[in-house]
Amino acid sequence: MKTHSIDVHALKRAPARAGDDDVCLRVEELSLHYLRSQNVALENVSLEIPRRRVTAFIGPSGCGKSSLLRCFNRMNDLIEGSVISGRVSLEGEDIYDRGVDVAALRRRVGMVFQSPNPFPKSIYENVAFGLRIQGVNKKRVLDEEIEKALRNAALWDEVKDRLDGSALTLSGGQQQRLVIARAIAVQPEVLLLDEPASALDPISTLRIEELIYELKTRYTIVIVTHNMQQAARVSDMTAFMNLGRLVEYGETDTLFTNPREPQTEDYITGRYG
Amino acid sequence: MKPTDVPEISGALRAGVRRAEPMVWLSAGAVTLALMLLVGLLFLLASRGFSHFWPQPLILLDNVESKAQLGILLDREPVPYAQDYRLLLHLGGEDFFDSPLVWVEEATLRARSTPQAALAIERRDQGPLFAFAEGVDYGEARLELSDWNVADQVAAIRKVRGTAGRVYLRLASGRPVTLPASDLIEVSSPNAMSGMARIRHAFSALGRFVREAPRRGNVQGGVFPAIVGTVLLVLLMTAIVAPLGVLAAVYLQEYAQRGPLTRMVRIGVNNLAGVPSIVYGVFGLGFFVYGLGGSLDQLFFSDSLPAPTLGAPGLLWAALTMALLTLPVVIVSTEEGLARVPRNLREGSLALGATRAEALFRVVLPAASQAVLTGLILAVARATGEVAPLILVGVAKYAPGLPVSSEFPFLHLDQQFMHLGFYIYDLGFQSPSIETAEGLVFATALLLVLIVLLLNLAAVMLRSRLRNAFGTQELR
Repeated sequence: MKTHSIDVHALKRAPARAGDDDVCLRVEELSLHYLRSQNVALENVSLEIPRRRVTAFIGPSGCGKSSLLRCFNRMNDLIEGSVISGRVSLEGEDIYDRGVDVAALRRRVGMVFQSPNPFPKSIYENVAFGLRIQGVNKKRVLDEEIEKALRNAALWDEVKDRLDGSALTLSGGQQQRLVIARAIAVQPEVLLLDEPASALDPISTLRIEELIYELKTRYTIVIVTHNMQQAARVSDMTAFMNLGRLVEYGETDTLFTNPREPQTEDYITGRYG
Repeated sequence: MKPTDVPEISGALRAGVRRAEPMVWLSAGAVTLALMLLVGLLFLLASRGFSHFWPQPLILLDNVESKAQLGILLDREPVPYAQDYRLLLHLGGEDFFDSPLVWVEEATLRARSTPQAALAIERRDQGPLFAFAEGVDYGEARLELSDWNVADQVAAIRKVRGTAGRVYLRLASGRPVTLPASDLIEVSSPNAMSGMARIRHAFSALGRFVREAPRRGNVQGGVFPAIVGTVLLVLLMTAIVAPLGVLAAVYLQEYAQRGPLTRMVRIGVNNLAGVPSIVYGVFGLGFFVYGLGGSLDQLFFSDSLPAPTLGAPGLLWAALTMALLTLPVVIVSTEEGLARVPRNLREGSLALGATRAEALFRVVLPAASQAVLTGLILAVARATGEVAPLILVGVAKYAPGLPVSSEFPFLHLDQQFMHLGFYIYDLGFQSPSIETAEGLVFATALLLVLIVLLLNLAAVMLRSRLRNAFGTQELR
């Protein structure tokens, strides 16, 4: 596949390690396990995710990268029998604190899932969903916000003439961008992407990656991916995980060119397993 | 299995068996059989029902034993232990004959004809009358009709309707009959009618059947109150069962803790669908009519006791009983619909900051709306055809007023009502002469089937509109 227009050199000029003020999400000694299974999903994970940068989680299947991502908007709460310990703080506030409004947290931390999941509604109503549940119902405001979100998700030109059409008639790649538009319409601070391109063809994948690159000027993005090339292309920071542990975390360039851990090296050179 | 393990198969038959061809044939055969039975049933209902409205020829029999008889031929069958056939003749006019139905043995017949001048007269208070026209009186003087041609006779008699006049008739036996014009509803000459006139007559009779109220203990007239009662009952039942069933299913599927108790509730709900409907009727009578209605009477209408106000069978109690009867269908179907909504739709809405209730009512339930409607379609079909419980909780053989009127409160939920299903039962098994009511039974049955079809069609159209609104409904 041809490489696309991400200016890799621009990334390198960014500071090597995020200072304390730039930390958006801080994870401290986070462990997670499910009562039903014996395995520990996450064990003692600590890391800091910088603001308005792209952080990628890579690792073999079942290493806990998606579980870690789902801790950031408390999606794991939905799974019965999940037990969590440690701290996750968003802008300094512990999101697992007792009084935290989970719905409000999820408005601040948007999420896009592996397979596109537009609602069986019109394109317009899909993007309007998050706004409507916040009580925004004025047509003029909605129109404006929806156009903005769809433009930011690089979908506006393709759907502007059929906003009332069903979202399910869109192609997979368009659906995934619609879902991103839906997520950014509520203006979250963080955008969690759980393998957003794994179900898409190369062209659509490329468009999603370009989109991620544009979005990071406004949002803190955390992406889980199976695809190491993708991690290398889109991310500033990369975390390599294995068996529920964070093996290595650092700047993407360093991690891919000069990994500290032999495990990381084995994985990125394809000698894993 | 490795290829070498495949048993050696010879012959086209066994190859066909391996491709499951017999299974396909059996399935197709089952479908064909079911369809043929259905078409047969509809054809029977349609032909027997419609022939009730078709003008039957009037036959004049000249008999050695009695006087001449004019009537409709209902049946012809062999006489037991004799080399002869006998005819069943419907003479009409119960007020003039001992029995309106007579058997005439063919051996005793001297002549048999279909006279052009024979008239079939429909009366308000008595059964039909088959006779010849003698004269007519518009209120001033008698006008002789005997030597007019039959079309003019019919026209002249029709004109007398609604006046204070009289019609003079002569029965086949020669006996004169005087009929007040107010008693006359319709007159026709079935033997002299052209094909077009017959069709017109049949459709006008069909129209009156659908539009008019029943007369003479239901054996004559129309079924309009029964149509209104049936449709109203089903609509009310739907309005009750839809929210109740959906909310129950939502609780069971979304909120109830998974455990033995929930499982037992679910098994109980499924088994409720198998309880005989008469049991629901008894329950409705005991719980709704006597229990609930009786208590309400004591609370609010104690002045008029012991005459019940709400503690008597009525439309509301019938609708509630029917809602209870169809509740399992709606719950099971809605639950299945909810379970089929993919998890990522729920997660998607929760991830946007929706609360659980918001996700449920804005995304999950709409996505399951087709299953809900499927459940409602089944419920409507079951409720429309159900009679047994209604006999106990609200249906009446003859209800003078419609349960809807222009008077406040417009919808009279406490009233008894008529129902097509009960009408069929009443006419078919309780009426004095089933031979004459048979056509009405078939026509009413056909009407009931058509109403079920219409209600279902409406629901199916609503469902496909929902499908269009939600796109191809390709839920992953």
